[in-house]
Formats: sequence, structure tokens, C-alpha cells
Amino acid sequence: MEELLEILRDMHPDVDFETEEHLIDNGILDSLDIVSLISEISENFDVTITAKDILPENFNSAQALYELVRRLEDEG
Amino acid sequence: MKKGYIRTVASALVVVGTLALLQRLLVPKYVDGIVEGAFVAEYYKEVKDHDLLFVGDCEVYENFSPAVLWQDFGINSYIRGSAEQYIFQSYYLLEDAFRYERPDVVVFNIQSLQFAEAQSEAYNRMSLEGMKWSPTKVKAIFASMKEGEHFLDYLFPILRYHTRWSQLEPTDVEYLFHAKPVSFNGYYMRVDAKPAENVPTGKPLADYSFGDNAWKYLDKMVELCEKEKVQLVLIKAPSLYPYWYPQWEEQVERYAREKGLPYLNFLELQEETGIDYRTDTYDGGLHMNLSGAEKLSRWLGEWLVEHTGLTDRRGEEDLSARWEEKLSAYEAEKRRQYEFYGIETGN
Amino acid sequence: MLFTSYAFLGFAAGLLLLYYLLPRRCQQPLLLGASCLFYLAAGPKYILYILFTALTVWFTGVRMGRNTQKAAAYLKEHKEELGKEEKKAYREGQKRVRRRWLAGCLVLNIGVLAVVKYTNFFLANLNGLLTAAGRTGQLSFFALALPMGISFYTFQAVGYLVDVYRGTVEAEEGPFRFLLFVSFFPQLIQGPISRFGDLSQTLYAPHAFDGRQVSFGLQRMLWGYFKKLVVADRLLAAVMTIVGDVGAYQGAYAVVGMLFYTVQLYADFTGGIDVTIGLAQALGITVKENFERPYFSKSLKEYWRRWHISMCSWFRDYLFYPLSTSKAMQRFTKFTRKNLGDKVGRRLPVYVSSFVVWFSTGLWHGASWNFIVWGLLNYAVLMASEELEPLYAKFHARFSVEGRLWYRLLQVGRTFALVCVLNIFDCYATLGETVQAIGSVFTVHNWGVLWDGSLLKLGLAGLDYGILTGGCFLMLGVSLIQRSGSVRERIGRRPYWVRFILWYGLFLAVLLMGAYGVGYDASQFIYNRF
Repeated sequence: MEELLEILRDMHPDVDFETEEHLIDNGILDSLDIVSLISEISENFDVTITAKDILPENFNSAQALYELVRRLEDEG
Repeated sequence: MKKGYIRTVASALVVVGTLALLQRLLVPKYVDGIVEGAFVAEYYKEVKDHDLLFVGDCEVYENFSPAVLWQDFGINSYIRGSAEQYIFQSYYLLEDAFRYERPDVVVFNIQSLQFAEAQSEAYNRMSLEGMKWSPTKVKAIFASMKEGEHFLDYLFPILRYHTRWSQLEPTDVEYLFHAKPVSFNGYYMRVDAKPAENVPTGKPLADYSFGDNAWKYLDKMVELCEKEKVQLVLIKAPSLYPYWYPQWEEQVERYAREKGLPYLNFLELQEETGIDYRTDTYDGGLHMNLSGAEKLSRWLGEWLVEHTGLTDRRGEEDLSARWEEKLSAYEAEKRRQYEFYGIETGN
Repeated sequence: MLFTSYAFLGFAAGLLLLYYLLPRRCQQPLLLGASCLFYLAAGPKYILYILFTALTVWFTGVRMGRNTQKAAAYLKEHKEELGKEEKKAYREGQKRVRRRWLAGCLVLNIGVLAVVKYTNFFLANLNGLLTAAGRTGQLSFFALALPMGISFYTFQAVGYLVDVYRGTVEAEEGPFRFLLFVSFFPQLIQGPISRFGDLSQTLYAPHAFDGRQVSFGLQRMLWGYFKKLVVADRLLAAVMTIVGDVGAYQGAYAVVGMLFYTVQLYADFTGGIDVTIGLAQALGITVKENFERPYFSKSLKEYWRRWHISMCSWFRDYLFYPLSTSKAMQRFTKFTRKNLGDKVGRRLPVYVSSFVVWFSTGLWHGASWNFIVWGLLNYAVLMASEELEPLYAKFHARFSVEGRLWYRLLQVGRTFALVCVLNIFDCYATLGETVQAIGSVFTVHNWGVLWDGSLLKLGLAGLDYGILTGGCFLMLGVSLIQRSGSVRERIGRRPYWVRFILWYGLFLAVLLMGAYGVGYDASQFIYNRF
């Protein structure tokens, strides 16, 4: 989780990712951010996030994103 | 519940009322300038027991004067004509007139045979809008509409004239609920004169035969008159322009012969009628002025009495009284125009 | 059948009446029948195209859906016997089967779109190349008419197909139900491109008459007609005059042309979508919003989140994400990172994917270089502002202007001006003319025409300018109010007579000030046939 937050903070230092729950709905993360994020995650975790996983509910909060990564790790 | 009901009805009334009023306001009144647009509607104010009806375009409503026919021959006539009235419109206006009356004679000017289809939306409007609603009017509209025209625009003219609010004039308010009489039994009077000079001859055409649709409506007119036992007379008014081609004349002559109809070409009757193109036209030979129209009417009256057996009705009291009124308006307009154009008159 | 034709109004009125008078089980067949009728009115042979797309996509969807079920059932049944690796292998195998179905169907449908829409464009370019190579022979063009709304319904169907493949929606088993989704007539002409997951929620349900929904829907249609007939179609003549003769209308005229076209495009497109969404609402069906006050955007990036949302999100979800997260792209990322360093390497794949997306977006709008260049210019501006982001951040940190009203207005104005310039690319006949027109703004100094009465010779009288100004202020006002909630609901809370006067007034405005009827060509909505 901490690793993930690190990546996120690196992208948007001004956002409090621990509390923000509408990263997509509020337009904080745009499509370019999401793609960089996915590539960062695949570097640091051993998972591949594909287009079908890019849903607002998976990216709206750091927690949701973390759960997605965990789920993919399990399936892997 | 009851309150809602009243509210709905009241709103509906407001909507219908304002729309109806707006429509009346926006529709052109044709009281000055182009008065021809008002002719078709004027017919309905008549007491409908005419002996003779004219149908056709400007070549009838500017060239024949029912007042003269009454004064000199006791013939009660009316002209159902409007600007560039197409042959199908003439047919339906005749059918429309037959809903009210059965004249003895109908005179149709064949100039419009040259147009098988409507040429202009504006002229369609002027010929059709004045008609009272009936199945005949619906048929007339469908026969006339050009591509891009809609029946709905005729049903609700506000759709057609919705932009006219920026061009409204005082007359639009003045004649909101009543029309101003602009014709004399369908006759459009002009007293000024402009001699016919250098009348151009027609350019050669690729095809001189009239269109099938034009013939179709002439056939229909012949059939209708036969059915109603009305004598149909075909004429060609003495307008020098638009050019009347010999090839056209031939076709009409042949048709009249085949159907056994009288056909009078006034272009060839110049000597008999005494038309003088220096004094009897107001626009260089396109249309007759008052002098020309009265000459033509006198000649035609004589011909009609001789060939169709129309009788003198000047003895009828009611009719005479009605004509008395019309003639005084006719004379008044004459005087007004003589003054307006600064023309000295002998009498 | 144009939205602004009497035929369409009569058609919609008749449909609404039947829709709520007939038993509710008839609603769905009625909608399908109406949609087919609507399509047939555009030309009977075109219906074959949409039937082909609907049928192939429906069939493929069903096959993929069955495969998913079968795979799940198999895995469940053999839960105990299979090891993790075996399960994974099985899943991958089944996924490959589905992928083959998907690929086949995509090739078919995108292929049809490509052939009817781009064959002649392709040939024209080929001819250009041949000429350049010194060949004299020219390839002749095909007379291919574009079936109505093909770009929209193809995209909608393809979106569904990918959703089924990804498992985000279940396959629709009923062929007629699916045909209704593809051909739902209010959105056939100019979108929006609905998602199956959204539209299916209300499309198939029986709808009881709901007076509020119906009147809200009709109100929205009326507002759409106002934008379209009073503003957009009135401007059309002037825009046509200016872009029709680039030699005569330069400098200030070009600026006027850009401004007019941008207003016209907005009024036309959002007005058309208002009619679509309003009619759907009157039918009890919810179509997702396609615009979010786009001209209030503070940057081009924001603009593209708020303008033609359904198209942009389509390209994002079905082209940009798959492309940028594809295995090939991931390998490319690894490669660039290793060789070009983290900073550049991380961006390059995104930029490459974006390039493809904007190229396609341009091409989707029309088979011409105008649109391609338009798309790529958007791309260039977006990427440039992405690169300048740190600079902006520094600027904002240094000067505390961010969030201030005047600064926000400045940002909005700047974005609007940018959009004006970009939009004009799909207006002039050729790229050369566009460049000439934009260039003339800097070289031809005829600013006097703005106030010497020349603008009255563009087909608009003084009164038209008055109406346009009023119309624009009304649109602006509505947008401002809209920021804090639905305008119709706000009006709905007013007393009856206030509501009556407002809506009847709007109706009269459309009736009396609409640019329709004789003298006005029933101009097609700009987005038609894209």
C-alpha cells in the first residue's frame, strides 16, 4: 500500500491520496495519468492491469486501486 | 382536480387564441402594391348567381371588365383569376366555384397551358391561400406544391410567414379582421397607358408541345363543364408578350376543333375589337388598361349574346341594385386613378 | 428525416401517443418499428448495413457470452481436480477463443465502415501519390453513399462487443432487443454513442406514463430546437459565405468566421443532442449526457472531457487504454525506459498511443485531411500543455492567481479562442484554404469591416444580429444557472403561470424567430453523416 501511495504522490504531490475517494469522478487522474500509473504498477508489482480493469470504481481511491492489485496478484 | 382542469382549458384557449391572432397578423393582406393576392378570396363575398365566369391568369383579370358586360349587355359575370394562375389552379378554382353556383358560360384563357408544373411558390400562395377550405382546395394545393413546399405551410400559414413580423405595416393591423375590396368582380383596373414598342419576338424553343399535365387539366375542365352542362369558351387574350408561338396556337386550335369548343384568339381580332396598342395597354403590351379592357369586353359581350344565348338581366331588381353600388365604386376608382395619373378625360 | 422537419415532429408525436396508449408490452416492438421506419425513410437500401452490423455483433456477442458461461461452469465443476496453473491455462485458452470471435467481428464491422467511408479518400491520396511518381493514369472513384449514422451505430455496437469480451456487460440474447439498442432512432443521426450498460437499463423496461418525465423531455426538445433553429441555422448562411470564398473574406472576416462557426457548432450539436435526449426522456429512456458546458473549460484538456463526451470516452476506453496497456506497448515502455531514461521513457508510449487516438478521432470525423490535421493539432496542443505543466505549476506557485475570477475568465477565454481556431479546420474546403484564412488574420488588416456595415452583407441583417445576440445570452445564462442544477427543475418549482409564460414564450420564439421554411434550406445537423 505504501509503495502504491508513493507512486501516486509522485504523480500529484498536491493530492491527499489517503482520503480522496473520487480520483476519477473529480477529474484528478486523467487518462494519461492512468496509463503512467499502470506502467508504474507493472514495474513495481508483478501484475498486468489491462484495459478491462480500467473502471472508475477501481481507480477512484488508492484503497480501491490497492485492492485491484491484490486481486490481480491472486489471479496471476 | 377541478382547478387543474380549468387551468388546462384556459391555457389551451390562450395558446389557440394568440396563435390564431398572430397568424392573422402575419399573413400578407395584399391591400396595396401587389393586390392580386387578394382576388381569390374576394369571390366568396359575392351573391353567387353569375351567368359567366372567367378563369385564368392576369390575361383575364386585367383584360376584361365585368362592369362593361353588365352595363352594356346585362351579363352578370365574375373573374376567378390571380397572378400566374396555373392551369390546375384554374381548374380547381372552377370546381370550387361550382360548389356555389352554375353559370351558363365559362371563359378560360389558355395562356397557362405552357406551364405543366408550378413555377413559383409565391404565385402558388397568391392563387391558393384565398380559397375557402374544402376537398377542392386540398386537391389544388397538392396539385400545385413545388419540391420543398409542405401542405402544413398552407394549413397553418403562420409557418410560412413566421418571419414577417419584422416587416409588418399599419395595414396589417387595419385589415386584421376584414379585407379591403381591391377588385371589381375580379377585374384589376389600371387607367394609365404605356405604348407597346419594340415587342421582342419569342426565342425559339426546343419543344413546343404543351406538357401532359397541362393537357390533363384542360381535359378535366372540359369534362367538368360537360358534366355540369356549362358552355366552355377558350380564349387567348391579346397580350403581345409573353410571346404566343404559332406552334402553340396550332395545338390549341386543333384541340378546340376536336372537342367542338369555340376558341377566340384576340391577337388575331385586333381590327374587330379596335385595340390600339399605343393607348390600350399600361405596360407596353403585356396587359390591357381600362380602355383596352372595355373594348375587349364590348366585343366579347356581343359575341356571347350572339353565340351562347346569354340574356339581358338588367330587368332584375335585386341584381340591378347590387350592380348600381358596384358601378359607383367602379366610377369612383376610375376618377381616382385619372387624377392620380394626371390624365385628362373627355367627360 | 431531419429533426427539424415537419415529418419528424409528426413522427415523434405519433410515436409518443401510441407508446403510452398501447399496452406496455407493445412499447419495445413499437420503438423497434419506429427506428426501422426512421431508417427506411433515409433510403431503403441503407437498412441492410445496420442490419448487418446488428446481426453480426449480436451473434458474436452471444457466442462470446456462452463461452464465458461455459468456461465458468467448467472451472466450477473441476474446481478440485485442477491446479492453479492448469486453471490459468484453461482460462487463457478460452480467452483466446473469445478473442478470435472479437477480432473477426471487429474486422468485419470496422471494415464495412472503412470501405464505405474511406475508400474514395484512400483512392484520392493514392492518385496524388501516383501523380507525384509521374504516372498519368488515375484511379476512378466509387459512388458509395454513406449510410445514415454509420459512424455512430458502428461505434456503439463495437463498444458493446468489447464490453462483452471484457465481461463488463452480459451478452444480449434477444436479436430484436439488440437491434433496438443499435438502431434506437433518436440517437441514430448524431449520437450520442451510448454504452450498452447505460442504455439497456431503461431501454427495455416497460414505461408507465410519467407526466413529469414527458413534459421535461418535451421542454428539453423545445430548448434544443431553439438553439438549432434560432441560433445555429441563422448563422449558417454567414458561415457558408465566409468559408465559401476564402479569397474575398480574409483577416477580420476569417476571425468572424471562426467565432460564428464555433457558436453555430455548439448550438447545432448540443441542440440536436437536446432533441435526442429530450425525446428519449419523454419515452422514459435515459440517454447519457454528451456535453457539460464545454465552452466553460479552462483548458483544452478539460474541454475534451466536456465536449462530445460519448465519443471521447469511446476513444479513451476502446482505443487509448487497450493500446497503451497492450503487451507490445509495455515492452516498448520497458525498452524506452532502459534506453532513454525514466522520464522520457515513461512518456513516449503514452504519446504514441495518444497520437493514434487523435489521428483516428480526426479520421472518424470525416474522410479528409482537414479532419486529420484538426485531430493532430488538438494532439499537439494537448501534449504541449502536458509538457508545460511544470511551468504552469511554477507560475501558479509564484503568483497566486489561480482560482481568481478574472484569471479563470482569462483561462476560459483562451480555451474558447483556441477551440475557435481549431474548429475552423473542418470548415474550409481544403487545408490550403484553412491555412490561408488563418494566415490572413496576421497579414490582412481590415478590422474596419467589423463596424463599417460589411457584416450586414454576409446574409445577416441587423435584426438577425440582434436575435443572435439574444440567443447567445440566453444560452450563456442557461449554462450559468445549470452549474447549480437542472434549469427545468428550477422552473418547475415556479407557479403555473410563470412556467406557462416561460415555455410558451420559448415556443413562440422558435416559431417566430426560427430560421426554417421557405427561404431557409433545411440544413442538416452538422454532425449528420459523419
